[in-house]
Amino acid sequence: MNLHEYQSKELFRSYDIPVPNGKAVFSASEAVEAAKSLKGDKYIVKAQVHAGGRGKAGGVKIVDSVEQAGEVAGSMLGTNLVTFQTDANGQPVNRILVEEICDIANELYLGAVLDRSKCRMVIMASTEGGVEIEKVAHETPEKILKATINPMVGIMPYQCRELAFGLGLSGDQIKQFSRLLTNLGKLIKEKDLSLVEVNPLVVTGSGDLLCLDGKINIDGNALFRHPDLVEMRDKSQEDERENRAAEWDLSYVALDGEIGCMVNGAGLAMATMDIIKLSGGDPANFLDVGGGATKERVAEALKIILSDDKVKGILVNIFGGIVRCDLIAEGIIAAVAEVKISVPIVVRLEGTKAAEGTDLLNNSGLNLIAARDLGEAATKIVAAVGEAK
Amino acid sequence: MSVLVDKSTKVLCQGFTGKQGTFHCEQAIAYGTKMVGGVTPGKGGQTHLDLPVFNTVREAVIETGADATVIYVPAAFCKDSIIEAAESGIGLIVCITEGVPTLDMLEAKIAVEHTGARLIGPNCPGIITPDECKIGIMPGSIHQSGKVGVISRSGTLTYECVKQTSDLNFGQSTCIGIGGDPIPGTNFIDALALFEADPATEAILMVGEIGGSAEEEAAEFIQSNVSKPVVSYIAGVTAPKGKRMGHAGAIIAGGKGTAADKFAALEKAGVHTVRSPADLGKGVQQATGW
Repeated sequence: MNLHEYQSKELFRSYDIPVPNGKAVFSASEAVEAAKSLKGDKYIVKAQVHAGGRGKAGGVKIVDSVEQAGEVAGSMLGTNLVTFQTDANGQPVNRILVEEICDIANELYLGAVLDRSKCRMVIMASTEGGVEIEKVAHETPEKILKATINPMVGIMPYQCRELAFGLGLSGDQIKQFSRLLTNLGKLIKEKDLSLVEVNPLVVTGSGDLLCLDGKINIDGNALFRHPDLVEMRDKSQEDERENRAAEWDLSYVALDGEIGCMVNGAGLAMATMDIIKLSGGDPANFLDVGGGATKERVAEALKIILSDDKVKGILVNIFGGIVRCDLIAEGIIAAVAEVKISVPIVVRLEGTKAAEGTDLLNNSGLNLIAARDLGEAATKIVAAVGEAK
Repeated sequence: MSVLVDKSTKVLCQGFTGKQGTFHCEQAIAYGTKMVGGVTPGKGGQTHLDLPVFNTVREAVIETGADATVIYVPAAFCKDSIIEAAESGIGLIVCITEGVPTLDMLEAKIAVEHTGARLIGPNCPGIITPDECKIGIMPGSIHQSGKVGVISRSGTLTYECVKQTSDLNFGQSTCIGIGGDPIPGTNFIDALALFEADPATEAILMVGEIGGSAEEEAAEFIQSNVSKPVVSYIAGVTAPKGKRMGHAGAIIAGGKGTAADKFAALEKAGVHTVRSPADLGKGVQQATGW
């Protein structure tokens, strides 16, 4: 689960990690009030969306007065911000962060990610702050300093010092950095963060460290123990169909093609997309009905697939292990009874109760195309969609 | 021969009396797995599926001599169950449960390594040596005893490997589902080393997917350490970047972990790759000349 910048900063603040003073607002008038409560005569107004590249896309602006803070916030709210990280529709702007500005002496980068090969969280720091870190990693990898966290002991003071010296910090900044990073380590562990990025971490004109931006991803598997974080979820930033699917314990990702897929198992679902492509078609979605597929969930899955107008045919590919093919067949029959399906459906059932499932479909009177294996299923659905055109 | 499990493996189940534990243990017993009992704290002394129930793994190990365990407890309790099994002297721990927090796994893995136990999973179908021992949720009926070692991050794609190699009568020596999580207990390299050392395994079928760099690391390992033919398929060529494809570990992050990179690394290491999941069996046939 992703957090907004202002939510990340709230978490930082509660862990004594320095952030600028600021307030999240939902309207232009609130933006004016927020600016009035802040120090200084200039403010920064930042659109809150789950995407990077906001600055270049016009989602971050410096204003000279409280009135202007209201105007700019008002002009951003209700729009969609399109950045290089979003799709063509962009992300809706419903919240704005109004902050005090600060003078910047130096921009650094600080982040933490899971290193899957090392099986450790790794801290990354760089003197090249304020730019895309992937670019730095690619072009000048030597400028990225790393510290691997042993999960049994957490971040050690020596690691903080090592990074601080590497970043060229001196005097009190080293203490500040050590405190900041130690607290960040605590935050990562206590809130199950899978990724955190502070870009830039700045050294202010007065020589203090300040997190000017904040990006946090939380491990979705750990949300059960963080009801406070679950409340921070902003569904407006997520895909509506993916959320609807998630409510039914279905894993769905929309793609651009025209052949809808309903599959059990994430790997087989990806493989099904791939074989559709290899057979000359384009998959419309990834959909894993999961291990505990019931009649109702299968019916819902078909409805979600069909809610995409681009879908011109559906491939159902089930290899029953825990999933029983007869239940899948019942779900398909139930869905067809409820929704009018005018596109061709190819069904491949294999594994547990496959024969029973196939019998149910054959006796249902529905116009379904049976396939014996994965290759045949893909060829048949691509052909059927081609004919329908 | 086979790897890790055979007909003499004595298997325990943690979360034995729950719905999942009950269902899959019934299936395992019917398959011929030597199930010796289960653990459900608070239900010690009872009998379930004609087998003894224990309060703790330690007690179960003392009473039954179990050398493997399968875990069906909810995700929130898996770290505890895994470490309990490892520290009670179980040598092989198979965790089926999906949804274990990553930070729990980082700690559990260290604790397990400390005892010398092997962990398979979590979020996996388990491990099976056909006709001998089935630990996990895979449908037993599609398997056939034979000579292909199967390793996969995906459950249903493992079944696809099994079906295709059974249809060609190659059969499987052992199938290891390493699971779809970012931090698996056993990775491709561990499984490849086991199959390389197993005389019954004549070829290896390895199925990867997008996300992480486990396949690239496996490719390097294969080049210098595996003499048997390896056939590989990577799922997710058509997966978009930055989107999690069902499995917690299946995500192309920061442009890294694409299927194209993985295919390239494997091919460079001399692995026989197949681009279609319908050609898994055929790929083995071509690579081995069987």
